Parts: sequence; structure tokens; C-alpha cells
Amino acid sequence: MNELGLPLLKVRNLVQKIGPQEILRGLSIDIFAGETLVLLGKSGSGKSVFLRHLIGLMQPISGSISFEGDEITTLNERQLEPVRRRIGMLFQDGALFDSMNVFDNVAFPLRERGERDPKTIAEKVAQSLAMVKMTGHDKKMPVNLSGGMRKRVALARAIISPPSVILYDEPTAGLDPIVSDSINKLIRQLQKELHVTSIVVTHDMVSCFRIADRVALLNEGCIYFVGSPEELKSTPDPVIRDFVDGRSGETIY
Amino acid sequence: MALIHLIASIYTNFLTFLGQVALLAWETISSIGGGSIRIRLVLKQIAEIGYRSQLVVIVTGAFTGAVFTAQAYFQFASLNMETAVGPVVALSMFRELGPTLTGVMVAGRVGAAMCAEIGTMKVSQQIDALRALAVNPVDYLVVPRALAMFVSMPFLVVECVGFGVLASYYTGVQVLNIPGVYFLANIQKWTDSSDIVMALVKGFFFAGVIVFISCREGLNAKDGAVGVGRATTATVVNCSLAILISNFFLTMALNIFFPAG
Repeated sequence: MNELGLPLLKVRNLVQKIGPQEILRGLSIDIFAGETLVLLGKSGSGKSVFLRHLIGLMQPISGSISFEGDEITTLNERQLEPVRRRIGMLFQDGALFDSMNVFDNVAFPLRERGERDPKTIAEKVAQSLAMVKMTGHDKKMPVNLSGGMRKRVALARAIISPPSVILYDEPTAGLDPIVSDSINKLIRQLQKELHVTSIVVTHDMVSCFRIADRVALLNEGCIYFVGSPEELKSTPDPVIRDFVDGRSGETIY
Repeated sequence: MALIHLIASIYTNFLTFLGQVALLAWETISSIGGGSIRIRLVLKQIAEIGYRSQLVVIVTGAFTGAVFTAQAYFQFASLNMETAVGPVVALSMFRELGPTLTGVMVAGRVGAAMCAEIGTMKVSQQIDALRALAVNPVDYLVVPRALAMFVSMPFLVVECVGFGVLASYYTGVQVLNIPGVYFLANIQKWTDSSDIVMALVKGFFFAGVIVFISCREGLNAKDGAVGVGRATTATVVNCSLAILISNFFLTMALNIFFPAG
């Protein structure tokens, strides 16, 4: 326990292999309620794989994940449903249902959780879309939206039944700096207004310094560094410096 | 050694395939038993699977009935047994051709579409999104399709057989001049309700074969667009083979309860 209180999510010695490749090699970390933890790491370092374990989309080979004190790695699909109702996830490309328009995508979690009143659904969808600044786009199909719009609609879908944790998988990847900034502000705003715990996987350093309360660096399948953004900026560790300063170590001839 | 390894691998893959299809069927039945039924989705799938498949099974049934009648007539005419064409065609349509051809056509039209849709959802992370939103993919995707198939297939089989027999009558009586009264009297004499029951039982069984193989292939799709294409091809091939092979065993088993003639 530290000054942040008891951890909301406690991950211990997580091991995962995909084919012959060991992606996670005994990853351990604590995530505290209400914080925004940014998880950095090179492409292919296992950041997204780790995120998928937190919501039970992947089962680890060994290790444990406890959410509010309850172990979730041993639960089956049906037992995971109550946990998933409390953890929202924003997928890298939004993963909107392409057979439904924006309104139906955002209303989907409400309808699936038994809400039948069209007026209540419409109100909540409008609120959620307003929060991500997507009002007026509710009749559009996902195929007609830009990358940034898709991510914002996916975020509206994730927050319509407010979760206590939101997992963001590369929320600003492939977006221009202005849209990236609006997504960063949105993440901060959601934390402020809904008091959610956010875990953000990214390799966008600008985004990292704008939103992070704490930063963790994933290297070789383990957590290499955990600390504040200031500690990350000032560390002399060469592995971290290369990542923060964007140096590959290769020579240009 | 390599040959033994290859045979072992084919055998293991086949058992895995059967196991996964059986598990999916069990999970779907448990889900239906548990009341996880979305009526709107079931009705939408009935429209997609049943309503929109009618033309293809009617055309298949009608032309099979017609061509079978013509061939039977050419053979039987030399023996002066033209009036036996009716019962031969009717019995074959009820007991074998109707259910089997409907199954194969529906596998090609509906099974492929089901697999491609679910497979695309799988490779574009939409199924993960469903799971992340605490919605079980079997409840949401497989149950409505299974129920719609079980409701639609018997009707489609009836249409296929019905139009097959009508086309047979038209071809035999109007085109080939077989006496209509004898044609119908012989059909009545040699067919009974057990033939209809056999057609419906087979249709119901093939509905399960198509829906569980198609959904299994879709849910296991990987490697992007190429993977979805591969899964769709596997669906059509596996469904068609499963229908043709299981039809033989079903015929042998059902003949014990509903002997022909």
C-alpha cells in the first residue's frame, strides 16, 4: 500500500506466450483507483496483450490479476461478465459494429443491459455523444467516419454505462496532432467528470505527458520503470532515455 | 515417418473440428435453455435465412424434379412403366433429394454468409468488443442464427420438395404425356406421411449441421481478409460434405422407423 491507497487492479507475475514468442515474462504492477496510468513500450512489446488480460479477453499462462481483490484469471466467459460491466475498453481502431449506425453502436450496451425505454436511451446516447463532441453524427454508419471520429464514438459507447476503469489501446495512434489533443483532453475530462481509472497504452510521448498521473515502461515483457512523468523526464537510464527521446541507436551513414 | 505424422495430424484436426462443433452446439443449446433469446435478432435472421432463400431452393427443387422425371421417363418408357415415374420422383424428392439439395443450397447461400459475417467481426475485433461489453458472442450471434435455421429449414425443404413434385407432374403429364390420373394415383399409393416426416427430420438435422459448422468457422477465423475467405470456403465444403455423409447414415437410421413403401 502507498499514498494512493489499496490497488484497484493488482497484477502479479503475468506470463503469456504467442506461438514460440514469450510476450509477457512475469509482469507485475499495481493500478490505483482514480489514476491515469500510461503504459509505454516499443511496438510489439506486449502492451496491448497486457491490456487484453485486464478485461479477460486473454488468459495468461501463469500469474494473477485481481480486480478489487477478486482473482479474474480463473473466471470463465460468463463469470467475467460482471467484471466487464465495470471495465470499459477502447480498441485501437474503435471496433464499432459495422452493421449498426452511430446511435445504435452507442446505445448497444444500454439495450444489452435491459434498458427498453426509447426516450431514456435517446437521452443517454445524446449525452454520451455530446461528451465526445460527436453530436449530430448519430445516423452515420461507421464506414463513413474518420479514424478520430470512430475512436470518439467507440469512447462514447464505452462510457454510456459509466465504468470504473477504462482501458485505452493506442487512443491517439494514426491521428493528427489536433485530434490527438482533443482525445487527450477527453481522457482527462472523463477522469475528472466520471472519476474513472484510466490505463492508456501508447507510444505517443506528447500524449503521455499530457494525461499521465503515473507512467510505466514495458520492456522485454516486464515493467522496467514505474514513476511520475517528471521522474520519467529526468531519469538518466539509457533504455528509458532512448524511448523518451526517440533514439533508435542506429547510425545514419 | 512423415506420412504417419501427416495422417496423425489430419486425424487430430478432424477430431478437434468435431469437438469444437459439438461444444458450440452444446453452448448454444444451454444458452437457449437459459433463456438468452433476442427475439428481434431471431426474426431478422428468419427473414435473411428463410425468406430470402426461398427462390434458390424452389428453382433447385423444380428443375431437379423436372430433369429427374424426364430421365426416369426415358428409361421406364421402354418397359411401358411410364406411370411409375410419379412415385419414383416423389419418393426420391421427399426422402433424399429435397432435404439434401436444400441443405447444400442453403449451406452455399446462408452458411457462407454467416461465416463471412462472423469471421469479419472476428478479425476486425468486433467480437472482442462484444465480449468487452459483457455480451456473450454465442448468445448474440449464434443463438439467433441457430433458432432461425431450425425454424426455416423444414419450410425450405417442404418448398423444395413441393415444387419438385409439381415440376415433375408438369413435365410428366403436360410435356411427356403420361396419363395424369395414373401419375397421381401412383404417387398417392406409394407415398405417405412417413416420407414427409423423414424430409422434415432431415431438414431439421441439416439446419444444425449448417449453422454450427458455419458459426464455428467464423468464430475461428484469423489472418485478416485471407483468413475470412479461407473460412468461408471451408464452411461451404465442410457443410456440403457433412450433409452428404450424414444423409447416408440418417437414411439408414430413419428407415428403421419409417420404412420405405
